[in-house]
Amino acid sequence: MSATSTADTPTFVAKTKGGRITDFVDQRVGGSGILREFGRKVFPDHWSFMFGEVALYSFVILLLSGTFLTFFFDPSMAETHYHGSYLPLKNVEMSVAYNSSLNISFDVRGGLFMRQVHHWSALLFVASIAVHMLRVFFTGAFRKPREMNWVVGSVLLILAMAAGFTGYSLPDDLLSGNGLRIIDGVIKSIPVVGTYISFFLFGGEFPGTAIIGRLYMLHILLVPALILLMIAVHLFMVVVHKHTQYPGPGRNDGNVVGYPLGPVYAAKAGGFFFIVFGVIALMAGFFTINPIWNYGPYDPSPVSAGTQPDWYIGFVDGALRLMPGTFGDWHVEQVWFGQVFSFNVLLPALVPAGILFTVMFAYPWIERWITKDDREHHVLDRPRNAPTRTAIGVAGFIWYCVMWAAAGSDLIATHFHVALNDVTYWLRALFFIGPILGFIVAKRVALALQRKDREIALHGRETGRIVRLPHGEFIEVHAPLDEYKRYKLVGFESPSPIPAQPNEHGVVDRKEKRRALLSKWFFEDRVAPATPAELAAAHGHHGAHEAIDATADQKTLSH
Amino acid sequence: MKALSQKRRHPLAAVALLLMGLLITGGLYAVATTVNQAKADTTSFSASDAEEGGKLFAANCATCHGMGASGSQAGPSLVGVGAAAVDFQVGTGRMPMQMNGPQAYKKPAQFNEEQTHQLAAYVASLGPGPAIPEAGVLDEKGDAAKGGELFRTNCAMCHNAAAAGGALTRGKFAPALADVSGKHIYEAMVTGPQNMPVFSDANVSPEGKRDIITFLKQIEANGSPGGNDLGALGPVSEGLFVWIAGLGVIIAFTIWLTSRTS
Repeated sequence: MSATSTADTPTFVAKTKGGRITDFVDQRVGGSGILREFGRKVFPDHWSFMFGEVALYSFVILLLSGTFLTFFFDPSMAETHYHGSYLPLKNVEMSVAYNSSLNISFDVRGGLFMRQVHHWSALLFVASIAVHMLRVFFTGAFRKPREMNWVVGSVLLILAMAAGFTGYSLPDDLLSGNGLRIIDGVIKSIPVVGTYISFFLFGGEFPGTAIIGRLYMLHILLVPALILLMIAVHLFMVVVHKHTQYPGPGRNDGNVVGYPLGPVYAAKAGGFFFIVFGVIALMAGFFTINPIWNYGPYDPSPVSAGTQPDWYIGFVDGALRLMPGTFGDWHVEQVWFGQVFSFNVLLPALVPAGILFTVMFAYPWIERWITKDDREHHVLDRPRNAPTRTAIGVAGFIWYCVMWAAAGSDLIATHFHVALNDVTYWLRALFFIGPILGFIVAKRVALALQRKDREIALHGRETGRIVRLPHGEFIEVHAPLDEYKRYKLVGFESPSPIPAQPNEHGVVDRKEKRRALLSKWFFEDRVAPATPAELAAAHGHHGAHEAIDATADQKTLSH
Repeated sequence: MKALSQKRRHPLAAVALLLMGLLITGGLYAVATTVNQAKADTTSFSASDAEEGGKLFAANCATCHGMGASGSQAGPSLVGVGAAAVDFQVGTGRMPMQMNGPQAYKKPAQFNEEQTHQLAAYVASLGPGPAIPEAGVLDEKGDAAKGGELFRTNCAMCHNAAAAGGALTRGKFAPALADVSGKHIYEAMVTGPQNMPVFSDANVSPEGKRDIITFLKQIEANGSPGGNDLGALGPVSEGLFVWIAGLGVIIAFTIWLTSRTS
């Protein structure tokens, strides 16, 4: 601690040996200045702000456990015979890669545990990224100035999926081979160049003898390096932008209310790393993941029932399962000019994922264009206070979940005792209807919650106490809110639609008209926050008759 | 009683009630369904077995399968299906069928060992068909690794590589194979019950079938080396687990970490 002051006063000599060493280092690297700056950085406290941390910690655990696995894994597709401890595979012909994965599982001390740590943390890594992005989306944290960081985060999601998929394919067991076969099929369905790309990727006809080694290099070198780079950019921008905060008394776009990083917040975050590590270690210790010994070595002929990708690729697999091969007599797969065009594979594999990622990347700019909102936002929206955005998010979420569920259609069928065909028909219908229903319901729920907030702000909380007045009337007693709680219910923006604006030539062009229509759609249904005047009016004649006044106040809602 | 009535509005009262209900129904169900399977071992039938079997058949099976097992609109002819088919279908409780549907469900056997034996004798007397397997192929002492290869090539596409079962079209399914006796597995392979294809001796030799049974019994006895197998259903159950249990626990911790001591 004494070292911090010595930078300015060179004559100072620390009393202890540790102090002198610290002082020596500090005079050369200037760590105390950095620490002072960072230690005072304020982070707002909310549980939903911690998913990015979970992702970061899972990534650290992935690096650690992955390094352990590289000591024993051999990414060769040369053929060998198994002579390890797992009897049901004794003497079975398999690739060296699968052989070494089995040896990690059964003959390396702690190997199976580390494999399971690595795989569980991979699932958690992508899951926490997904939840983090949902939090950012639904609270509007992607708005100016954070649009570019949203893009970096989206790139991280794709990189995480790439890291996961390349890793999933490495053990060269039946399950991973089937997954690669599907990827191969998707690549081959690309018109004209598909076959060439596939041969280039696999070094010849599928499966070839090259793919595991290539995926291994991507998995342990290129993809993690890119992820690290993106994490660095991501965190740098978080520091530059400062953290967003939920609305509350005393919080505005010009400040950050929370705890400084040092010492409490840093201690909490450091402790949280070990909590995440502990949860993953417990999962790895007690629950098996990817039991490669069940699946056997890869061989292109067998395909096991229940063959699915890991969860984050599931939605693509689900879209493939939902796609019909024919519409009546019309075959989706077409033969033109003697060439086969497998649209039945190409469309479901690329189009939904393409739409999802395009909208995800572009959303901050779409909303910015519609709302003409060019201000900086550091205070978050509560999801109910941005009903249309929330509804869009829910629609996208449901669309994703329908495809996701479709990847497990066979298990839904067996476990709920329904016909696989019916599951597919329902999910096909939901693929189109689900997002629309989700949009409508979510928007209505958000508006209803806003009305409830308004009601509570104006008239207080229902206490459940029914009182009978002397003249026989029954009323329910409402308890007024304190100012802090009320602020949360009234302190939000409720923008109204912005009509079409003429451009610099004084002309309202067609694009602007379209924008105005979208703006109307975006902001048309709104519940304005209670104004001070309304609050004063509501509290002016408060008391016995509030319950009755509530109905009269409903009419003043702008809608 | 007073304490009970005072606590009935406790926030956790509903949870406790729900838990109690679930425990009672679950417990009763578990008790009601614990029934042992019937097992028959002999393969020699006497004339009286066939005669008794004929009576049982007329009383219990002929409604659908017709008098003399010649078949009807409701059920197929059983001439030539062999004793193995009867032993499998009746021995696993699939026949008599509970209700019409895409597939007969396994249920507690409706006939005891002797009656199953008599029914098998009767059907076997109608025409030649696959016999109940000899004990030699059921000793579970074959080559598990070979059996595993045969299983992955011939069976896993429906029954799942870990024999956890899988879905077929229109409500049909391939059942999980844990707790199925070696004899019934063998009989299923030679007779092709429900939607299962027949794996004749030309297709998978008796030695190969012995290997498959050895493999299945060995992986069942091995258990799951990596901890709870989550149903051995592959990435779907793993994904569900990480989202619900993994993230759930972590969210609980985040809430704890950010809660203020007020």
